Amino acid sequence: MWNTLSRMARTGLLTEPLPALDGSSPELTALQSELLAVLGRALCIRHVDAGSCNGCELEIQALHNPYYNLEGAGIQFVASPRHADMLLVTGPVSVNMEEALRRTYDAIPDPKFVIAVGDCGACGGIFGTSYASRGGVANILPVNFTVTGCPPTPTAILRGILQTVRVPLTEVQRNRPISA
Amino acid sequence: MKLPEFLELQLLPLPANLPAGRARADCRQWLQLAATLRESGARLLALWGADDRDRDGCFRIYAAYLLTEGVLLAEHAMETTEATADPVYPSLAAIFPVAQRMQRAVYDLLGIAAEESLGPEADRRGWLRHGGWPENFFPLRRDVDGSQQRPNISAPYPFVMVEGSGVHEIAVGPVHAGTIEPGHFRFSVVGEKMLRLEERLGYTHKGVARLFETMPQSGGHRLAARISGDAAVAFSWAYCAALESITGTTCPARATLLRALALEHERLANHLGDLGALGNDAGFAFGLTHFSRLKEDLLRSNAAAFGARYLLDYVVPGGVAVDLPAEAPARLLELYADLEQSATNLRSIYDEHAGLQDRFRGTGRLQQSVAEKLGALGLVARASGIARDLRVDNPWPPYDNIAAKCIVQSAGDVAARVQIRFDEVYESLRLCRAFLQELSAGTVPASAGQVNIPVPAAAPYQLGLGVIESWRGPVLIVLETGPDAANGTIRRCHAHDPSWQNWPLIEYAVIGDIVPDFPLINKSFNLSYSGQDG
Repeated sequence: MWNTLSRMARTGLLTEPLPALDGSSPELTALQSELLAVLGRALCIRHVDAGSCNGCELEIQALHNPYYNLEGAGIQFVASPRHADMLLVTGPVSVNMEEALRRTYDAIPDPKFVIAVGDCGACGGIFGTSYASRGGVANILPVNFTVTGCPPTPTAILRGILQTVRVPLTEVQRNRPISA
Repeated sequence: MKLPEFLELQLLPLPANLPAGRARADCRQWLQLAATLRESGARLLALWGADDRDRDGCFRIYAAYLLTEGVLLAEHAMETTEATADPVYPSLAAIFPVAQRMQRAVYDLLGIAAEESLGPEADRRGWLRHGGWPENFFPLRRDVDGSQQRPNISAPYPFVMVEGSGVHEIAVGPVHAGTIEPGHFRFSVVGEKMLRLEERLGYTHKGVARLFETMPQSGGHRLAARISGDAAVAFSWAYCAALESITGTTCPARATLLRALALEHERLANHLGDLGALGNDAGFAFGLTHFSRLKEDLLRSNAAAFGARYLLDYVVPGGVAVDLPAEAPARLLELYADLEQSATNLRSIYDEHAGLQDRFRGTGRLQQSVAEKLGALGLVARASGIARDLRVDNPWPPYDNIAAKCIVQSAGDVAARVQIRFDEVYESLRLCRAFLQELSAGTVPASAGQVNIPVPAAAPYQLGLGVIESWRGPVLIVLETGPDAANGTIRRCHAHDPSWQNWPLIEYAVIGDIVPDFPLINKSFNLSYSGQDG
């Protein structure tokens, strides 16, 4: 126990400020009140791997490490689509995952956001469309935002998430790319 | 490498990054060879097929075996006539049980079926084909259009039922509760105890094999890296090794060292991530926080040293994309020192945490006998007492110069797979330091332009092999060059991930454990869905 506590004390706080959007760095409290205004609560995200190579998953997982500290910003990943406000989709949509992806989307209550993560999610990437791949997420679901990169950095994914919820739902531009 | 004389097989040379040979077998020899190799302790590494009807009217089935002295490729050609348009070959499943899923995949892609003469009737359920293309469409046949889209027609998939009083089923997936890949698990349980687990995979099948055939040889490494993103360096190196073996290219020594450095960084990143996730899955969130911090430090160093956090485009044919910046070695040595010290500190916390050890020990036990019988590979095999590591057994450059150590544990439980990861972190750090030292020793000059060389055009219809020990186990790329030597086309490229071997093992490891331990057991294996699905 002493070892554990001492390690915590020696490591200290590593969390970095949230990434800048449009040249200005959002204040944590400002962001949280915006989330509250749009959603009435903390932002809940459901992730679906629709056929990814698992590279994007690694960078989404990195959002939980102490440097990015996603939950500290009032954003959490949830286990059920019924608890979610946002669907984060990675990978080209494989033919075998198409139905599961649609069903997950349908299970999310309105209003909802969809972000396509990674080059594959954006346009199918190297996999394109074929007998086994439907290509980008937008071929299957309405997409609000796209984060490109192979894989995109955690900062780029976080920026995409923040940018999406800062725009009121009616004004959301579809397929607007956010580069890494 | 020698083959027993009674088989009457001729051993042909095969370009590869480690000792390899090729043998053409008829029906009888195909089975006899498999049985003989099984006796001698060889593993079935991969099984795949090819449509060569346009060249010689044959379908071919290939099996790659991992022997102590290298890789043996067995090849069996099946002539097609009007009467036998869909030929069959003898199933290897009774000799190598791991062949079963691969044979189902071969059928889904090529329409050539394995015929069972030794064991129970073959499993005819689709493995990669879930209903996205018709039963009579085989995407790897050369006379079909692989780019055509078809609507999904979902079809029922009969799972094996467990009957008895109080038995019920839990269906999980393909979409899981966390940020992980898709797959379906069907548990038959009594109370909380798992009686049986049946996996259904193939959800992330993206048609990689067909896609390779549309790519130039000079671009295939990019697709190889994206077969399983967490083993990108291993797969892209395996691809480049196959291409370089066919063309007789020797990479600059500096590039070879950099590839190995990148491969060890990939191992470190995955092991550190897994150690954190394993702590978390046993309810110890502290572990995840601290290990994910170490992993992030490593990824940021990757960005500074190699130009990217994940090295999907680092290994290229003829070498690597970029050299290390001048300040990188000193920074990396600092990182290694911190990783080593932190890992030691965290290991003592893990080892002394009674609650954690209670969850780890005895959970998800994979007996050595089961691991041997089912042909376990890589980290999972080493945690069940099977001391096999290609970096040690058949070292390719630069591992031939370094004497890597094979890390083994015997218990076969989650605790053993945790300990393997800790020990491999130390061993990887030792190797990284040695590679860095060689890189800075001056024997391999750092001047520009020496980290990659052009790869000459390959002759048509050449087969070559690349086998690399990834953090998960050996990955294999088999490359066959196309007829158009000027443009460097690919005729066929088969990629194999060790997850094929290790997925069925989880079905055994969970028996008798409780459902809440499944995520922990699954994480301790940490297998690739995408790598398996292709």
